[in-house]
Amino acid sequence: MSTDIEYKKIFGWPESLKHNPTHYCPGCGHSIAHRLVAECLDEMGLREKTIGVPPVGCSVLAYNYFNFDMVEAPHGRALAVATGIKRVQPDKFVLTYQGDGDLAAIGTAETIHAANRGERISAIFINNAIYGMTGGQMAPTTLLGQNATTAPGGRDARLHGQPIDISRMLAVSNGVVFIERCALTSVKQIRKAKKAIKKSFQCQLDDLGFSLVELLSPCPTNWKVSPKDSWNWVNEEMVKTYPLGVIKDTTGYEDKK
Amino acid sequence: MPSEKMLMNGSQTVGEAAVRAGCRYYFGYPITPQNELPEYLSARMPEVGGTFIQGESEVASINMVLGASVSGARTMTSSSSPGISLKQEGISYMAGMELPAVIINMMRGGPGLGNIAPSAADYFQATRGGGHGDYRTPVLAPGGGQELVDLTFEAFDLADKYRNPVMILGDGLMGQIMEPVVFPDFIDLKDLPEKDWALRGCKGREARAIFSMILGQKGELYRHNLDLQKKYDRMTAEEQRWEIKYAEDAELIVVAYGSAARIAESAIEELKAEGINAGLFRPITLWPFPLPALRELSKKVPKLAVFELCLGQMVEDVILSVGERSEIYFHGVPGGIIPTPAQVAEFLRSTVKGDGKVGRRIEV
Ligand SMILES: Cc1ncc(C[n+]2csc(CCOP(=O)(O)OP(=O)(O)O)c2C)c(N)n1
Ligand code: SF4
Repeated sequence: MSTDIEYKKIFGWPESLKHNPTHYCPGCGHSIAHRLVAECLDEMGLREKTIGVPPVGCSVLAYNYFNFDMVEAPHGRALAVATGIKRVQPDKFVLTYQGDGDLAAIGTAETIHAANRGERISAIFINNAIYGMTGGQMAPTTLLGQNATTAPGGRDARLHGQPIDISRMLAVSNGVVFIERCALTSVKQIRKAKKAIKKSFQCQLDDLGFSLVELLSPCPTNWKVSPKDSWNWVNEEMVKTYPLGVIKDTTGYEDKK
Repeated sequence: MPSEKMLMNGSQTVGEAAVRAGCRYYFGYPITPQNELPEYLSARMPEVGGTFIQGESEVASINMVLGASVSGARTMTSSSSPGISLKQEGISYMAGMELPAVIINMMRGGPGLGNIAPSAADYFQATRGGGHGDYRTPVLAPGGGQELVDLTFEAFDLADKYRNPVMILGDGLMGQIMEPVVFPDFIDLKDLPEKDWALRGCKGREARAIFSMILGQKGELYRHNLDLQKKYDRMTAEEQRWEIKYAEDAELIVVAYGSAARIAESAIEELKAEGINAGLFRPITLWPFPLPALRELSKKVPKLAVFELCLGQMVEDVILSVGERSEIYFHGVPGGIIPTPAQVAEFLRSTVKGDGKVGRRIEV
């Protein structure tokens, strides 16, 4: 018996993600961020022309999960490597995916200068306020009072300095056209994050300049809390130091649409 | 068409040779005594449709090179000693990831900031890998002038042939001396073998990744290192270069490379007038060191006078080459001073007499 019902696919596994189980801990933000990046690449038809640069950090193995070309960079140097790629292949889509240690500590110089040169690159910045891969040491973004294995008793401004807000620092550069900070810890914010990632990708396609999306991301393992509490902590504590929203936007996109 | 004969300094010579060898992507950070190279390329690259970027540091520059290389391009960076130290992590990654690139080191005096006078004190760093891990990079040591052109071409070819970083080791003197050179015609990049390993997006094929991190409990990194070693063994077997001069009837052989060899040649001329015949053995590849060639030569002429612009680094490779069979004398001049041919001639006279006045006998 034949049927004339038409089926339309409304949800599925993104082509930009391989079918490999990830090594991320339960409740970790990396898996959500991967999914968002993959969906955006798929929806914008970019997968086959993408070259991605993962960091040295918990997502160093991202090439096992992302289904597009990827090249490893030394810790902190993703945006320098991406610069080399984009200068040779300006017609390709180049993205970096970096943790806070990678992007805002050891790689600060590369971050600031790639942004300031206005490299046509999209940076996905995972801010989990801790060093995940190496086991919970203090990150440049660790909150005041937050415990870390190298800040026992909590981060002390006098001793360790203030948590760094690299996104706001980058925003002053004329090379930067778009920065937005979102969180991966509520459905509403995840949807916002996806929009922001798409917008960042569009900046590159339109040859506007450098763009970055900062994603506040839970690390239950090294925060030593349950996944549920880690989400609450992002939504209640982390956002006080890192307020969500658009930090810079000179794209003019909203005006057009 | 090859160029007319042109008068250029060593740094500019390397720059023009690189462009003609197909390099279109240069990334570097200024440091004396090699600034003429990035300055030259900052003007030259746009003329040939290439890209010149002054990186924010040597660290950034070598990683831009990594990105350009993984894209399949011929690419290079240049610096002098302190800057080369900063590039070592990137070079180690490129060795692990098997990515080709050319790195120029116009050495200056160290340690630390040292000074900008020529030196050859980075021999160990250059020939022993330089960064962390079990790897090697071929090191070419031009004697200056036309050889800077030829070895720049060769460096790009070797890098591509072995998918490995290659270093050209010069010094501040070589970088700044003006000499007449002739450049070969531009290479047509289309004539070079296709780099099918490069990352250009996965259209029409499976997605690929290039990385140096090799996990796994079954000895994957162990095997990777053995594979790399096989490649280094092939380089050792096939890529040794050296020059022997005035060796007929020589009573001693001077072993020197780069600028030191140029100075030594003048000293050898001086001695000839006095009736002393000294030959010259000049390694052109410092790694792989032309060990068998030196060993053969030392069988005929057992007295070796090793002269370096540092306090004794290459001499260790000479010892490895000839062992106890030869009489090895060493004279080294540390960075900060350019020795005159007359000083080197004194060393050679002293070596002939064995009086130990200049230089010293190396006891093996
Ligand atoms: C030159 C160098 N220094 C230090 C390390 C060790 N290391 C690896 S990842 C990392 C920090 C990772 O933290 P982050 O960038 O925040 O990423 P996360 O793991 O939290 O996702 C450090 C210090 C390294 N691999 N290389
Ligand atoms: S340690 Fe933290 S950042 Fe790393 S995978 Fe686990 S939860 Fe995620």
